[in-house]
Amino acid sequence: MGNKLISLLNTTGFVHLTPGMIVMWIIGLVLIYLAIKKQYEPLLLLPIGFGILLVNLPLSGLMDENVGLLWKFYHYGIHWEIIPPLIFLGIGAFTDFGPLMANPRLIFLGAGAQAGVYITFFVSHAMGYDIMEAATIGMIGGADGPTTIFIASKLAPQLMGACAVAAYSYMAMVPIIQPPIMRLLTTKSERAMHMAKPRPVSKREKLLFPIISTFVIILLIPASAPLISMLMLGNLFRESGVVERLKGAAQNELMNIVTIFLGLPIGATMHADIFLQPKVLFIFILGLIAFILSTATGILLAKLMNLVSKEKINPLLGAAGVSAVPMAARVVHKVGTEADKKNYLLMYAMGPNVAGVIGTVIAAGMFITLLGG
Amino acid sequence: MASEITAPLPGKIVRMDIEVGSSVEEDMEILAIEAMKMENIIYAPCDGTIEKLLKKVGDEVEEGDVIATVA
Repeated sequence: MGNKLISLLNTTGFVHLTPGMIVMWIIGLVLIYLAIKKQYEPLLLLPIGFGILLVNLPLSGLMDENVGLLWKFYHYGIHWEIIPPLIFLGIGAFTDFGPLMANPRLIFLGAGAQAGVYITFFVSHAMGYDIMEAATIGMIGGADGPTTIFIASKLAPQLMGACAVAAYSYMAMVPIIQPPIMRLLTTKSERAMHMAKPRPVSKREKLLFPIISTFVIILLIPASAPLISMLMLGNLFRESGVVERLKGAAQNELMNIVTIFLGLPIGATMHADIFLQPKVLFIFILGLIAFILSTATGILLAKLMNLVSKEKINPLLGAAGVSAVPMAARVVHKVGTEADKKNYLLMYAMGPNVAGVIGTVIAAGMFITLLGG
Repeated sequence: MASEITAPLPGKIVRMDIEVGSSVEEDMEILAIEAMKMENIIYAPCDGTIEKLLKKVGDEVEEGDVIATVA
Protein backbone atom coordinates (compact mmCIF):
# COMPACT_ATOMS: atom_id res chain seq x y z
CA MET A 1 0.00 0.00 0.00
CA GLY A 2 2.75 2.39 1.07
CA ASN A 3 4.77 1.51 -2.05
CA LYS A 4 1.81 2.22 -4.31
CA LEU A 5 1.31 5.59 -2.69
CA ILE A 6 4.95 6.46 -3.24
CA SER A 7 4.88 5.42 -6.89
CA LEU A 8 1.67 7.42 -7.36
CA LEU A 9 3.36 10.40 -5.80
CA ASN A 10 6.28 9.89 -8.19
CA THR A 11 4.00 10.35 -11.21
CA THR A 12 3.17 13.87 -10.08
CA GLY A 13 5.49 16.75 -10.73
CA PHE A 14 5.79 17.77 -7.09
CA VAL A 15 8.55 15.39 -6.10
CA HIS A 16 10.61 16.37 -9.12
CA LEU A 17 10.63 20.07 -8.37
CA THR A 18 14.02 21.70 -7.92
CA PRO A 19 14.82 25.09 -6.38
CA GLY A 20 16.08 26.20 -9.79
CA MET A 21 12.65 25.62 -11.30
CA ILE A 22 11.07 27.80 -8.67
CA VAL A 23 13.59 30.55 -9.46
CA MET A 24 12.59 30.23 -13.12
CA TRP A 25 8.89 30.53 -12.20
CA ILE A 26 9.72 33.82 -10.56
CA ILE A 27 11.60 34.99 -13.67
CA GLY A 28 8.69 33.92 -15.87
CA LEU A 29 6.18 35.68 -13.64
CA VAL A 30 8.31 38.84 -13.58
CA LEU A 31 8.33 38.89 -17.40
CA ILE A 32 4.56 38.38 -17.47
CA TYR A 33 4.19 41.16 -14.92
CA LEU A 34 6.40 43.53 -16.94
CA ALA A 35 4.43 42.68 -20.08
CA ILE A 36 1.02 43.31 -18.53
CA LYS A 37 1.69 46.03 -15.99
CA LYS A 38 4.47 47.98 -17.71
CA GLN A 39 3.61 46.94 -21.27
CA TYR A 40 7.26 46.12 -21.97
CA GLU A 41 7.14 44.41 -25.40
CA PRO A 42 4.03 42.51 -24.27
CA LEU A 43 3.62 40.74 -27.61
CA LEU A 44 6.82 38.84 -26.92
CA LEU A 45 7.48 38.95 -23.21
CA LEU A 46 4.03 37.57 -22.38
CA PRO A 47 4.39 34.32 -24.39
CA ILE A 48 8.09 34.07 -23.43
CA GLY A 49 7.21 34.37 -19.74
CA PHE A 50 4.51 31.71 -20.06
CA GLY A 51 6.90 29.45 -21.97
CA ILE A 52 9.38 29.73 -19.09
CA LEU A 53 6.70 28.64 -16.62
CA LEU A 54 5.71 25.68 -18.79
CA VAL A 55 9.17 24.28 -19.34
CA ASN A 56 9.95 24.45 -15.64
CA LEU A 57 7.02 22.28 -14.67
CA PRO A 58 8.57 18.83 -14.25
CA LEU A 59 7.49 15.85 -16.36
CA SER A 60 5.40 17.98 -18.73
CA GLY A 61 7.48 16.71 -21.62
CA LEU A 62 6.68 19.82 -23.62
CA MET A 63 10.30 20.23 -24.73
CA ASP A 64 11.07 16.49 -25.15
CA GLU A 65 12.82 15.86 -28.40
CA ASN A 66 10.55 14.75 -31.25
CA VAL A 67 7.41 14.51 -29.11
CA GLY A 68 6.98 17.68 -27.03
CA LEU A 69 4.57 20.30 -28.36
CA LEU A 70 6.88 23.25 -27.69
CA TRP A 71 9.84 21.30 -29.01
CA LYS A 72 7.98 20.99 -32.32
CA PHE A 73 7.27 24.72 -32.39
CA TYR A 74 10.91 25.34 -31.66
CA HIS A 75 12.31 22.80 -34.09
CA TYR A 76 10.14 23.55 -37.11
CA GLY A 77 9.72 27.25 -36.47
CA ILE A 78 13.04 28.50 -35.18
CA HIS A 79 15.59 25.76 -35.77
CA TRP A 80 14.39 25.44 -39.35
CA GLU A 81 14.72 29.24 -39.65
CA ILE A 82 11.16 29.85 -40.72
CA ILE A 83 9.79 32.27 -38.15
CA PRO A 84 12.47 35.02 -37.99
CA PRO A 85 12.40 35.52 -41.80
CA LEU A 86 8.58 35.64 -41.73
CA ILE A 87 8.76 38.36 -39.07
CA PHE A 88 11.07 40.23 -41.45
CA LEU A 89 8.46 39.91 -44.19
CA GLY A 90 6.09 41.81 -41.90
CA ILE A 91 8.72 44.38 -40.96
CA GLY A 92 9.38 45.01 -44.64
CA ALA A 93 5.66 45.46 -45.27
CA PHE A 94 5.29 48.23 -42.71
CA THR A 95 8.68 49.93 -43.08
CA ASP A 96 8.93 53.07 -45.19
CA PHE A 97 12.51 53.32 -46.46
CA GLY A 98 11.68 56.80 -47.81
CA PRO A 99 13.44 58.72 -44.99
CA LEU A 100 16.61 56.76 -45.75
CA MET A 101 16.39 57.38 -49.49
CA ALA A 102 15.77 61.08 -48.88
CA ASN A 103 19.07 61.35 -47.04
CA PRO A 104 21.17 58.34 -48.05
CA ARG A 105 24.25 59.29 -46.07
CA LEU A 106 22.26 58.51 -42.91
CA ILE A 107 22.94 54.87 -43.77
CA PHE A 108 26.38 55.39 -42.22
CA LEU A 109 24.69 55.99 -38.88
CA GLY A 110 22.87 52.69 -39.24
CA ALA A 111 26.25 51.08 -39.84
CA GLY A 112 27.99 53.04 -37.08
CA ALA A 113 25.62 51.75 -34.47
CA GLN A 114 26.74 48.21 -35.31
CA ALA A 115 30.12 49.00 -33.75
CA GLY A 116 28.61 48.06 -30.39
CA VAL A 117 27.89 44.61 -31.82
CA TYR A 118 31.50 44.06 -32.83
CA ILE A 119 33.06 45.54 -29.69
CA THR A 120 30.88 43.35 -27.50
CA PHE A 121 31.78 40.37 -29.66
CA PHE A 122 35.48 40.89 -28.90
CA VAL A 123 34.85 41.63 -25.22
CA SER A 124 32.69 38.51 -24.80
CA HIS A 125 35.25 36.36 -26.56
CA ALA A 126 38.04 37.77 -24.40
CA MET A 127 35.95 36.90 -21.34
CA GLY A 128 35.91 33.25 -22.29
CA TYR A 129 32.77 32.73 -24.36
CA ASP A 130 33.52 30.69 -27.45
CA ILE A 131 33.53 32.58 -30.71
CA MET A 132 30.04 31.45 -31.76
CA GLU A 133 28.55 32.46 -28.42
CA ALA A 134 30.37 35.80 -28.47
CA ALA A 135 28.89 36.65 -31.87
CA THR A 136 25.40 35.85 -30.64
CA ILE A 137 25.83 37.98 -27.51
CA GLY A 138 27.20 40.91 -29.51
CA MET A 139 24.13 40.78 -31.72
CA ILE A 140 21.99 41.96 -28.78
CA GLY A 141 23.58 45.39 -29.37
CA GLY A 142 21.81 45.59 -32.72
CA ALA A 143 18.55 45.70 -30.75
CA ASP A 144 16.87 43.41 -33.23
CA GLY A 145 14.97 40.46 -31.78
CA PRO A 146 14.41 38.29 -34.85
CA THR A 147 18.02 38.73 -36.02
CA THR A 148 19.35 37.82 -32.57
CA ILE A 149 17.19 34.69 -32.58
CA PHE A 150 18.23 33.86 -36.12
CA ILE A 151 21.93 34.05 -35.35
CA ALA A 152 21.50 32.18 -32.06
CA SER A 153 19.75 29.33 -33.85
CA LYS A 154 22.74 29.06 -36.21
CA LEU A 155 25.65 29.67 -33.87
CA ALA A 156 24.69 29.16 -30.23
CA PRO A 157 21.24 27.60 -29.66
CA GLN A 158 22.08 27.03 -25.99
CA LEU A 159 22.11 30.80 -25.41
CA MET A 160 19.01 31.62 -27.43
CA GLY A 161 16.58 32.12 -24.56
CA ALA A 162 18.84 34.48 -22.64
CA CYS A 163 19.87 36.44 -25.73
CA ALA A 164 16.30 36.80 -26.96
CA VAL A 165 15.00 37.92 -23.58
CA ALA A 166 17.92 40.33 -23.21
CA ALA A 167 17.33 41.78 -26.70
CA TYR A 168 13.59 42.25 -26.23
CA SER A 169 13.94 43.60 -22.69
CA TYR A 170 16.49 46.17 -23.72
CA MET A 171 14.41 47.14 -26.75
CA ALA A 172 11.52 47.78 -24.39
CA MET A 173 13.84 49.87 -22.26
CA VAL A 174 15.16 51.99 -25.14
CA PRO A 175 13.36 55.05 -23.71
CA ILE A 176 15.18 54.53 -20.39
CA ILE A 177 18.62 53.39 -21.55
CA GLN A 178 19.27 55.76 -24.45
CA PRO A 179 18.45 59.31 -23.26
CA PRO A 180 21.17 59.58 -20.55
CA ILE A 181 23.82 58.51 -23.08
CA MET A 182 22.44 60.93 -25.63
CA ARG A 183 22.53 63.84 -23.19
CA LEU A 184 26.01 62.92 -22.04
CA LEU A 185 27.48 62.94 -25.53
CA THR A 186 25.79 66.03 -26.97
CA THR A 187 25.38 69.68 -26.01
CA LYS A 188 22.00 71.35 -25.76
CA SER A 189 22.59 73.39 -28.90
CA GLU A 190 23.51 70.22 -30.81
CA ARG A 191 20.30 68.57 -29.66
CA ALA A 192 18.28 71.62 -30.66
CA MET A 193 19.71 71.60 -34.18
CA HIS A 194 17.01 71.53 -36.83
CA MET A 195 17.42 69.36 -39.91
CA ALA A 196 17.21 70.66 -43.47
CA LYS A 197 13.99 69.71 -45.25
CA PRO A 198 14.52 66.34 -46.96
CA ARG A 199 14.26 65.95 -50.71
CA PRO A 200 11.08 64.28 -51.96
CA VAL A 201 11.43 60.59 -52.85
CA SER A 202 9.70 59.42 -56.01
CA LYS A 203 7.51 56.33 -56.24
CA ARG A 204 9.91 54.81 -58.73
CA GLU A 205 12.80 55.12 -56.28
CA LYS A 206 10.74 53.47 -53.56
CA LEU A 207 9.88 50.62 -55.93
CA LEU A 208 13.45 50.10 -57.08
CA PHE A 209 14.89 50.22 -53.57
CA PRO A 210 13.82 46.73 -52.39
CA ILE A 211 14.82 45.13 -55.68
CA ILE A 212 18.24 46.74 -55.93
CA SER A 213 18.95 46.22 -52.21
CA THR A 214 18.14 42.53 -52.55
CA PHE A 215 20.65 42.16 -55.38
CA VAL A 216 23.42 44.19 -53.80
CA ILE A 217 23.18 42.80 -50.28
CA ILE A 218 22.71 39.14 -51.22
CA LEU A 219 25.52 39.29 -53.78
CA LEU A 220 27.81 40.84 -51.16
CA ILE A 221 26.78 38.76 -48.16
CA PRO A 222 24.93 35.65 -49.31
CA ALA A 223 24.41 34.43 -45.72
CA SER A 224 22.07 37.35 -45.05
CA ALA A 225 19.71 36.09 -47.77
CA PRO A 226 16.95 34.53 -45.62
CA LEU A 227 16.33 37.75 -43.70
CA ILE A 228 17.06 40.32 -46.42
CA SER A 229 15.00 38.53 -49.07
CA MET A 230 11.91 38.46 -46.87
CA LEU A 231 12.43 42.04 -45.65
CA MET A 232 12.65 43.34 -49.20
CA LEU A 233 9.78 41.18 -50.48
CA GLY A 234 7.58 42.65 -47.74
CA ASN A 235 8.71 46.11 -48.75
CA LEU A 236 8.00 45.40 -52.41
CA PHE A 237 4.46 44.34 -51.40
CA ARG A 238 4.13 47.72 -49.70
CA GLU A 239 5.57 49.95 -52.39
CA SER A 240 4.04 48.16 -55.39
CA GLY A 241 0.59 49.32 -54.29
CA VAL A 242 -1.08 46.42 -56.11
CA VAL A 243 -1.07 43.72 -53.43
CA GLU A 244 -2.67 45.48 -50.48
CA ARG A 245 -4.03 42.13 -49.27
CA LEU A 246 -0.60 40.49 -49.18
CA LYS A 247 0.90 43.54 -47.53
CA GLY A 248 -1.86 43.50 -44.92
CA ALA A 249 -1.49 39.77 -44.31
CA ALA A 250 2.29 40.04 -43.96
CA GLN A 251 2.22 42.87 -41.46
CA ASN A 252 -0.88 41.90 -39.51
CA GLU A 253 -2.26 38.36 -39.60
CA LEU A 254 0.90 36.45 -40.48
CA MET A 255 3.02 38.60 -38.18
CA ASN A 256 0.64 37.99 -35.28
CA ILE A 257 0.50 34.25 -35.89
CA VAL A 258 4.25 33.76 -36.09
CA THR A 259 4.75 35.98 -33.03
CA ILE A 260 2.78 33.44 -30.98
CA PHE A 261 4.94 30.60 -32.27
CA LEU A 262 8.10 32.64 -31.66
CA GLY A 263 7.61 33.72 -28.05
CA LEU A 264 6.41 30.47 -26.51
CA PRO A 265 9.26 28.18 -27.62
CA ILE A 266 11.86 30.89 -26.87
CA GLY A 267 10.61 30.88 -23.30
CA ALA A 268 10.68 27.09 -23.38
CA THR A 269 14.43 27.07 -24.11
CA MET A 270 14.95 28.57 -20.66
CA HIS A 271 14.97 25.48 -18.44
CA ALA A 272 16.50 26.03 -14.99
CA ASP A 273 19.39 23.63 -15.68
CA ILE A 274 20.42 25.57 -18.78
CA PHE A 275 19.54 29.10 -17.76
CA LEU A 276 20.76 29.40 -14.18
CA GLN A 277 24.47 29.45 -14.90
CA PRO A 278 26.74 32.46 -14.37
CA LYS A 279 27.77 32.22 -18.02
CA VAL A 280 24.19 32.66 -19.19
CA LEU A 281 23.19 35.28 -16.67
CA PHE A 282 26.23 37.39 -17.54
CA ILE A 283 24.74 37.78 -21.02
CA PHE A 284 22.33 40.34 -19.62
CA ILE A 285 25.22 42.56 -18.55
CA LEU A 286 27.09 42.12 -21.83
CA GLY A 287 23.91 42.76 -23.79
CA LEU A 288 23.35 46.01 -21.96
CA ILE A 289 26.94 47.05 -22.66
CA ALA A 290 26.43 46.22 -26.34
CA PHE A 291 23.32 48.33 -26.42
CA ILE A 292 24.95 51.32 -24.73
CA LEU A 293 27.98 51.09 -27.02
CA SER A 294 25.79 50.98 -30.12
CA THR A 295 23.96 54.11 -29.03
CA ALA A 296 27.21 55.89 -28.22
CA THR A 297 29.07 54.93 -31.38
CA GLY A 298 26.09 56.04 -33.49
CA ILE A 299 26.13 59.50 -31.89
CA LEU A 300 29.91 59.81 -32.11
CA LEU A 301 29.84 58.84 -35.77
CA ALA A 302 27.22 61.52 -36.43
CA LYS A 303 29.52 64.07 -34.77
CA LEU A 304 32.44 62.84 -36.84
CA MET A 305 30.37 63.24 -40.01
CA ASN A 306 29.66 66.82 -38.97
CA LEU A 307 33.40 67.49 -38.72
CA VAL A 308 34.06 66.46 -42.30
CA SER A 309 30.82 67.38 -44.03
CA LYS A 310 29.41 70.80 -44.82
CA GLU A 311 25.81 69.79 -44.32
CA LYS A 312 25.41 69.33 -40.57
CA ILE A 313 23.16 66.72 -39.03
CA ASN A 314 21.73 66.60 -35.55
CA PRO A 315 24.04 64.13 -33.74
CA LEU A 316 21.08 62.65 -31.86
CA LEU A 317 20.16 60.89 -35.11
CA GLY A 318 23.12 58.57 -34.52
CA ALA A 319 21.30 57.00 -31.57
CA ALA A 320 18.54 55.91 -33.96
CA GLY A 321 21.04 53.65 -35.74
CA VAL A 322 20.09 50.77 -33.46
CA SER A 323 17.37 48.86 -35.19
CA ALA A 324 14.63 49.05 -32.56
CA VAL A 325 12.03 50.45 -34.99
CA PRO A 326 10.47 52.88 -34.37
CA MET A 327 11.27 53.15 -30.65
CA ALA A 328 14.78 54.52 -31.12
CA ALA A 329 13.52 57.13 -33.60
CA ARG A 330 10.83 58.20 -31.14
CA VAL A 331 13.41 58.57 -28.39
CA VAL A 332 15.58 60.75 -30.64
CA HIS A 333 12.56 62.89 -31.37
CA LYS A 334 11.68 63.24 -27.68
CA VAL A 335 15.18 64.18 -26.61
CA GLY A 336 15.29 66.67 -29.49
CA THR A 337 12.03 68.33 -28.44
CA GLU A 338 13.34 68.66 -24.88
CA ALA A 339 16.05 70.95 -26.22
CA ASP A 340 13.72 72.82 -28.59
CA LYS A 341 10.03 72.05 -28.60
CA LYS A 342 9.70 72.94 -32.26
CA ASN A 343 12.38 70.49 -33.34
CA TYR A 344 10.63 67.62 -35.16
CA LEU A 345 13.30 64.97 -35.69
CA LEU A 346 11.01 61.94 -35.90
CA MET A 347 10.99 61.37 -39.65
CA TYR A 348 14.70 62.19 -40.01
CA ALA A 349 15.47 59.66 -37.28
CA MET A 350 13.56 57.00 -39.22
CA GLY A 351 16.36 57.12 -41.82
CA PRO A 352 19.17 55.75 -39.62
CA ASN A 353 16.60 53.63 -37.82
CA VAL A 354 15.60 51.63 -40.91
CA ALA A 355 19.25 51.64 -41.99
CA GLY A 356 19.97 50.04 -38.61
CA VAL A 357 17.66 47.13 -39.45
CA ILE A 358 19.60 46.48 -42.65
CA GLY A 359 22.91 47.05 -40.83
CA THR A 360 22.09 44.48 -38.16
CA VAL A 361 21.12 41.87 -40.75
CA ILE A 362 24.37 42.50 -42.60
CA ALA A 363 26.35 42.17 -39.35
CA ALA A 364 24.59 38.87 -38.67
CA GLY A 365 25.29 37.67 -42.20
CA MET A 366 28.96 38.48 -41.80
CA PHE A 367 29.20 36.55 -38.53
CA ILE A 368 27.48 33.54 -40.08
CA THR A 369 29.77 33.68 -43.12
CA LEU A 370 32.96 34.06 -41.11
CA LEU A 371 32.10 31.58 -38.39
CA GLY A 372 30.59 29.08 -40.78
CA GLY A 373 27.31 28.46 -38.97
CA MET B 1 0.65 89.87 -43.46
CA ALA B 2 -0.52 86.27 -43.25
CA SER B 3 1.81 83.54 -42.12
CA GLU B 4 1.27 79.87 -42.77
CA ILE B 5 1.13 77.02 -40.29
CA THR B 6 2.65 74.03 -42.07
CA ALA B 7 2.98 70.41 -41.03
CA PRO B 8 6.57 69.81 -39.84
CA LEU B 9 6.20 66.08 -40.37
CA PRO B 10 3.84 63.72 -42.20
CA GLY B 11 1.01 62.17 -40.21
CA LYS B 12 -2.61 62.46 -39.20
CA ILE B 13 -4.19 65.41 -37.42
CA VAL B 14 -5.59 64.02 -34.19
CA ARG B 15 -6.39 67.21 -32.30
CA MET B 16 -7.19 70.76 -33.27
CA ASP B 17 -7.48 73.45 -30.62
CA ILE B 18 -8.15 76.29 -33.06
CA GLU B 19 -10.92 77.40 -35.40
CA VAL B 20 -11.31 80.28 -37.82
CA GLY B 21 -11.21 83.46 -35.78
CA SER B 22 -9.29 81.99 -32.81
CA SER B 23 -6.61 84.28 -31.56
CA VAL B 24 -3.27 82.65 -31.00
CA GLU B 25 -0.01 83.61 -29.36
CA GLU B 26 3.40 82.57 -30.50
CA ASP B 27 4.40 79.12 -29.12
CA MET B 28 0.85 78.29 -28.07
CA GLU B 29 -0.21 74.65 -28.62
CA ILE B 30 -2.63 74.67 -31.52
CA LEU B 31 -2.90 71.11 -32.83
CA ALA B 32 -1.41 67.65 -32.71
CA ILE B 33 -0.24 65.40 -35.55
CA GLU B 34 0.17 61.71 -34.96
CA ALA B 35 3.13 60.09 -36.71
CA MET B 36 4.65 56.68 -35.96
CA LYS B 37 2.05 56.25 -33.19
CA MET B 38 3.43 59.32 -31.47
CA GLU B 39 1.55 62.53 -30.84
CA ASN B 40 3.44 65.65 -31.93
CA ILE B 41 2.30 69.03 -30.69
CA ILE B 42 2.39 71.86 -33.20
CA TYR B 43 2.88 75.40 -31.91
CA ALA B 44 1.72 78.72 -33.33
CA PRO B 45 4.49 80.44 -35.32
CA CYS B 46 3.45 83.98 -34.31
CA ASP B 47 0.76 86.05 -32.60
CA GLY B 48 -2.43 86.67 -34.57
CA THR B 49 -5.86 85.40 -35.54
CA ILE B 50 -6.58 82.21 -37.48
CA GLU B 51 -7.70 83.39 -40.89
CA LYS B 52 -8.12 80.17 -42.84
CA LEU B 53 -8.29 76.55 -41.79
CA LEU B 54 -7.43 74.15 -44.61
CA LYS B 55 -7.35 70.84 -42.71
CA LYS B 56 -9.49 69.20 -40.08
CA VAL B 57 -9.13 66.48 -37.45
CA GLY B 58 -8.65 63.09 -39.14
CA ASP B 59 -6.91 64.52 -42.22
CA GLU B 60 -3.63 62.99 -43.36
CA VAL B 61 -0.98 65.61 -44.01
CA GLU B 62 2.35 65.52 -45.79
CA GLU B 63 5.37 67.43 -44.60
CA GLY B 64 5.05 71.08 -45.64
CA ASP B 65 1.26 71.00 -46.17
CA VAL B 66 -0.39 74.23 -45.11
CA ILE B 67 -2.81 73.54 -42.26
CA ALA B 68 -3.93 77.09 -41.45
CA THR B 69 -3.00 80.72 -41.96
CA VAL B 70 -2.52 83.31 -39.25
CA ALA B 71 -3.01 87.01 -39.83
